[in-house]
Amino acid sequence: MNLRITKRGDLPKKQEIIIRIAAVLLSIIFAGLILLVFGLNPVKIFTTIIDGSIGSKIRIQQTIIRAIPLTITALGIIVAFKMKFWNIGAEGQITMGALGATWVALHFSDSLPMPLMLFLMMLAAVFCGGIWAFIPAIFKAKMGTNETIFTLMMNYIAIKFVTYLQYGPWMDPNAGGFPKIAKFPANAVLPSVFGVNIGWIMMIVFTVLVYLFMTFTKKGYEIAVVGESVETARYAGMNISRIVIVAMLISGGMCGVVGMIQASAIEKTLISNIAGGYGFTAIIPAWLSRLNAVSALIICLAFAMLIQGGTYLQVSLGISSAVSSIVQGAILFFVLGSEFFLQYKLSFGKKTKGEVA
Amino acid sequence: MKKFLAILLVLVMMLSFVACGGDDAETDGDAAALKVGFIYIGPINDGGFTQAMYEGAVASKEHFAGQMDFIYRENVPEDTQEVKSTALNMIDEGCNVIIACSFGFGDAMNELSAEYPDITFLHFSGAMKNDTNFDNWFGSMEQARYLTGMAAASVTESNILGYVAAHPYTEVQIGINAFTLGAQAVNPDVEVKVVYINTWGDAELEKTGAEQLLDAGADVITYHADSTAAQLAAAERDAWAIGWNYTKNDAGEKYLTAAYWNPEVYFNYALQNILDGTFKPESYYGTMKDGLIAIDEVNEAVPEEVRNQIADIKEQMEAGEFDVFTGPIYYKDGTVLCEEGQTLDRAGIWSITNEIEGVSAI
Repeated sequence: MNLRITKRGDLPKKQEIIIRIAAVLLSIIFAGLILLVFGLNPVKIFTTIIDGSIGSKIRIQQTIIRAIPLTITALGIIVAFKMKFWNIGAEGQITMGALGATWVALHFSDSLPMPLMLFLMMLAAVFCGGIWAFIPAIFKAKMGTNETIFTLMMNYIAIKFVTYLQYGPWMDPNAGGFPKIAKFPANAVLPSVFGVNIGWIMMIVFTVLVYLFMTFTKKGYEIAVVGESVETARYAGMNISRIVIVAMLISGGMCGVVGMIQASAIEKTLISNIAGGYGFTAIIPAWLSRLNAVSALIICLAFAMLIQGGTYLQVSLGISSAVSSIVQGAILFFVLGSEFFLQYKLSFGKKTKGEVA
Repeated sequence: MKKFLAILLVLVMMLSFVACGGDDAETDGDAAALKVGFIYIGPINDGGFTQAMYEGAVASKEHFAGQMDFIYRENVPEDTQEVKSTALNMIDEGCNVIIACSFGFGDAMNELSAEYPDITFLHFSGAMKNDTNFDNWFGSMEQARYLTGMAAASVTESNILGYVAAHPYTEVQIGINAFTLGAQAVNPDVEVKVVYINTWGDAELEKTGAEQLLDAGADVITYHADSTAAQLAAAERDAWAIGWNYTKNDAGEKYLTAAYWNPEVYFNYALQNILDGTFKPESYYGTMKDGLIAIDEVNEAVPEEVRNQIADIKEQMEAGEFDVFTGPIYYKDGTVLCEEGQTLDRAGIWSITNEIEGVSAI
């Protein structure tokens, strides 16, 4: 008796849906059992998560505030992933984007008109985020370095660099020696529409743009071809280095915008934790969306509901933060696990002759 | 496959039936006059800062028996996103008072206090406040630190005291300097070594910091950090440990004493004022006199003479007759912090920007 894993052919749509539903149900059962062990009422917990994410105006606003950085980062990641360029460096690109925006916010006059100030901050953010993605891209294109490790390591350089600025040249002299960077002036803070910073409008615009870019433009098509087969792309006469670099500039630039939004609208300054883990978390919805921009938006909204629901759960029921992490983890475990079963199938049986172990 | 799905569905439904049979009794008719939300930086059982705050809240809830509802969220990092989101969720849950128990929560409180004039925001440490609904509160930890310094200096054999410190920031440096002054009062040859870990709490860093100090010859360890990791590190090497924030003994026999908070003193006072409608921001500063600040029982290993001395000065502090920062005091670079014959008042203490003579950072 042995266990074999084989790649599936195309799965009928119906079976795919069944697997996905089964995953969600399993996650509910599993998380529910854990909650029962803790002596908590699972039904109450699940309804509280939903109620906590959409049950009132404040809660919906908080959900959307969480969805903004998640979605735009996921969109950035999609552009790179489509090319099978594994950009794990969104966290660093967000941080560098925030750094660029902060430099503008703190060095330009606070009498600059707000739209101009915000525009300059955005430019700086795209530039810095883009650079942070460009470095691993050029190494990949010219020398074939491993982009996964490269982009991952770039994260820590960015974060530590912000820490350095925080303790050194950018330390706020008015903070009593506390290592923090000064707050932005009022003209560098993103305005709000319907109680949520205008990042939500950008989130929708970016979703549409990325969808159109990936589906209808020549560059988008080239990116997809490089992702499918570099050889094919080369045979078709595409300039692969250029495609890799352009795609990564777009990817990093978009992550940079996230940094600008978070620094300007949320923190109103630069902190080393400005990316807040969104750069890593966004990989999951990007992947679950099958690299489709519109699906990514929807999945990110669901993710944001889970994050805000988890916060609300702790606040309203006084549950330890560990419990809400376990619930979130269980749901992710099964939903991500189902992706495996969508692509591979397990079979039990004796090893057949001639098969290599 | 379909059968499997059907079984799953049945399981989910069974689970929900089992669960529905449970509690529904906890819906209390909104009788409470106030609902208070506490935001904590660490877990409520950290044996240190957050546990001190949490147990203060529990004591205060008992004090107001039934007049108030208390809710909380633990493990909230010091970024505005998390802090604001937590506070807004609490406000949405009907809280009319938010108590933010960490320095880094201040900016979010400042923003929200302008947006929500009907809600009162009480921020631990810092100096931010407004005229109506936003206040800060802290205490004269220098008093308790001074006394623990005396205890430390009386048991050291190497004349080196170790201090694991959070940030090189005024609040922390006040504690280091007061501890040093207390130690010097008992033993003028004593030296205080400091390791900064650049975070309010990280058990791993706190532990390695303490080990660094032990390696440098320290045989008494104290700390300005959230957990009790430094105590554990000290006990492991058979060195003395002095607790901070809370009275948890993680060093067994080697636990000398602790400088700690009784936050319920402030909670009871401020919440009573809010309840009575007489609340006014005042930048509250608790002392040993009102009991916000305290020192734990001193280990018998401290010579009786010094124990009596500590008890004596403690009494003077409780009567408000003892100034920790009495000149002459010099910064370690030789500049004057406090002239001969002068004492530092609260504003003077809170403009400290460095460590004093006798302290060295490693």
